[in-house]
Amino acid sequence: MIPPCRVTLLLLLSSFAACSLYAQVSSDRLVRAPEEPQNWLTYSGTYSSQRYSLLHQVDLTNVKNLELKWVFQAQSLQKFESTPLVVDGIMYLTQPPNDVVALDAKTGTVFWVYHHNPSPAARPCCGVVNRGLAILGDSLFMATVDAHLVAIDAKNGHSLWNITVADPAAGYAMTLAPLVVKDKVLVGVAGGEFGIRGFVSAYDARTGEQAWRFYTVPGPGEPGHETWRGDDWKHGGAPAWLTGSYDPDLNLTYWGTGNPGPDFNIDARPGDNLYSDSVVALDPDTGKLRWFFQFTPNDAYDYDSVQIPVLANMNWNGSPRKLLLWGNRNGFFYVLDRTTGKFLFGRPFVKVNWARGLDDAGRPMVTPQLPGAPTYPGQQGGTNWYSPSYSSHTGLFYLSAWEDYPTIFTGVPAQYKEGQRYTAGANTGPIPGGDTPGGPQRGPINTYTEAAGHGSVIAIDPHTGDKKWAFEMHDVTTSGILTTATDLLFTGGREGYFQALNARTGELLWKASLGGDIIAGPISYEVDGKQYISVAAGRGLFVFALRN
Amino acid sequence: MAFSIAPCMSIMSRAARLARMLKVCAIPGPIPAHLIQAKCKQPRVGVYYAALGNLGAMDGSSMIRRNALRRWLLQRLLPQCLCVCVVFALLGPAARAQNRASLYTQADIEYGSQIFVAQCSGCHGVNGDQVSGVNLRSGQFRHVFSDNDLRSIVTNGIPGTAMPPFNLDPPELAGIVAYIRNMRDFDVRTVTLGDAGRGEALYKGTGNCASCHRLNGKGPRVAPDLSEIGALRTADTLKRSLVDPTGAMLPLNRSVRAVTRDGKIITGRRLNEDTYTVQLIDDQERLVSLEKADLREYAVLKTSSMPSYKDKLSSQELTDLVAYLLSLKGTK
Repeated sequence: MIPPCRVTLLLLLSSFAACSLYAQVSSDRLVRAPEEPQNWLTYSGTYSSQRYSLLHQVDLTNVKNLELKWVFQAQSLQKFESTPLVVDGIMYLTQPPNDVVALDAKTGTVFWVYHHNPSPAARPCCGVVNRGLAILGDSLFMATVDAHLVAIDAKNGHSLWNITVADPAAGYAMTLAPLVVKDKVLVGVAGGEFGIRGFVSAYDARTGEQAWRFYTVPGPGEPGHETWRGDDWKHGGAPAWLTGSYDPDLNLTYWGTGNPGPDFNIDARPGDNLYSDSVVALDPDTGKLRWFFQFTPNDAYDYDSVQIPVLANMNWNGSPRKLLLWGNRNGFFYVLDRTTGKFLFGRPFVKVNWARGLDDAGRPMVTPQLPGAPTYPGQQGGTNWYSPSYSSHTGLFYLSAWEDYPTIFTGVPAQYKEGQRYTAGANTGPIPGGDTPGGPQRGPINTYTEAAGHGSVIAIDPHTGDKKWAFEMHDVTTSGILTTATDLLFTGGREGYFQALNARTGELLWKASLGGDIIAGPISYEVDGKQYISVAAGRGLFVFALRN
Repeated sequence: MAFSIAPCMSIMSRAARLARMLKVCAIPGPIPAHLIQAKCKQPRVGVYYAALGNLGAMDGSSMIRRNALRRWLLQRLLPQCLCVCVVFALLGPAARAQNRASLYTQADIEYGSQIFVAQCSGCHGVNGDQVSGVNLRSGQFRHVFSDNDLRSIVTNGIPGTAMPPFNLDPPELAGIVAYIRNMRDFDVRTVTLGDAGRGEALYKGTGNCASCHRLNGKGPRVAPDLSEIGALRTADTLKRSLVDPTGAMLPLNRSVRAVTRDGKIITGRRLNEDTYTVQLIDDQERLVSLEKADLREYAVLKTSSMPSYKDKLSSQELTDLVAYLLSLKGTK
């Protein structure tokens, strides 16, 4: 698979042409993904994770003519959170728990199915789900809920290698799409509700051999270890459960980390608890930490900083700067310098009362919360893992937000036991006897209503943090966002609508009811001159294009 | 990352039961674990308590393993318990009462006492001490540690003994657990129990409930159907609904008022809503789905149209009415 291509890479500077001849996805093609918008080569589309498509066939005037072209029905009742890859007309999709399906991206007809049967020991906190794949050469890579990493032949769906990343019985799981950087496959683990010790690991794409592991909770003798008391670090959590981004020029990969363990009782882990709720910038060749920025020190509210790191280059105070845009679960929108990790500014994008602001270094000025009082944002955060988008055309950053959404947090004692939940919380919603957003999927009836908060798509000016517009929904939203070069924004929500908005104004241009929660990000691709837009909803993947 | 959290609600009560079981501390009520932590300056105490509480929830753990772990933890807890006694001696009875009340509601305890009398007193006696070697009022059990254990034994029985399985619904189980956990402080004979028969008369008469609520296929559909309300709600939430209908109303049940473009006014009870549409049952009992874009006005009324019975019924009558509502388990 990879070796012939790699040899070519090493020997010839024209490797790009040689590889693409065989439709292999070289690491060079991954770097140059923005130059082939007809494909969707990584979880977030490109290494900068902007979810911004340069395709322009569908535009503001004709978007109303979108029609359903095909549907793929997943053979599973689990939540369908997968973002597909599309490579030269072939779509690669995961369906829960850990199947890989290769389809014709034009028709939805299936070429092959790979089935991985996860160990019954797997105990992902929040659903037996998978969010997608990575590709290099002719190999697909899938991280599994039982914490395996699997390489699959993209041509026939046969297993190439299958390695154990961590012990599922101890609470480790993987639901993310891996990230390929050069010749390595990078993954992070979930398990922040089980007192795991989080990490990001890299594996040789040809063999599955581990190249490095970066623990997101530093051990004795490592910098940052002093932010933990005693042995608390051993169960310190900080899982990296969502795909990172990569800047090839800086040779840095960026990963968000989750809550410290246990989630809700800060008496059980005094200190800043590094590198929980942080972004870490790692050297992808060695796993060495280049810099970090912690959004929420000593977090009591499950404010995982597990969002997609969005990389954008723009003029900042008059000179070009490489930035990292981050709408955080803690309710603040941040802009960082991604070369150094320097905090440039931050501002709330939803109602926030756990902190009264950020100081000059970006550290929150925490407001102690009274027992029994609602804390904003609530446990699921002002936003969460749902992919945001940045459009270089509008210059705006878009995210799915939960507005006016609180939780009454109550920390209780808990003792760590391997493989058991370790959250130390007895949280409740603000409505006695009422439902609280964030639980498992509901049926078709929305019981949350206005009293529990609501969803929005928010457009933020990254220079000021100003909200340019907000598209308010009745229910909360767990959908990702796609923007296009024609100033379209596609997004869904819990209600099952898939909508197209004007990315400059937030005006609704088109909608379709797909009859099931949208808990994934839309993508766009092109085959034989036709632009397609797809999104997973309910149990199906729905694919739209313009009427012929 | 959590979308849901493990049930931890009864950790504090488990801690208190542990103390009772040990008879180290003569504490009549539950111990708030955070107090233990704060006052004793020994944070690990709370951790051990929580661990003990969680024993009951261990998946597939053998009794032997559970007991070994319990012994190990108890050895570490004994010295701490003495500290707890000091704390509670200082805090006084007011704090104890307050904390006890917050764990099991009075309505659940009272409801549970009725279930107990009906289901359990035949063997256990009204005082819970009739079975040889089993004194339910003491809080000491051979087979029970957590509330989950208690529910499990009530539901599944104890094979090989005279204890049969009981088919109780969640409010009944909540009541029975609340009552058994509070039996020692609750004298069945002196408490005025609600009378479901009198409650039914209130429902149909003074309360005028049947003028809005539907029951077993009869009556209007303007207000929520109460045919299964006794299986869905606890005694406490039912009482709250009667006393404070607006405060206790689930947002979904709110009334909506819509005015269409051509001036037609539609009012009704909301059944579902999303960004673009709302579904309701109108005052003519028609199912109506409206596109919000077609409306000139749309408002959700946050006050319940149900009157409060706080001053309309005596507390005895309220108790009777709750007893009747709890008896409504649907027609199966």
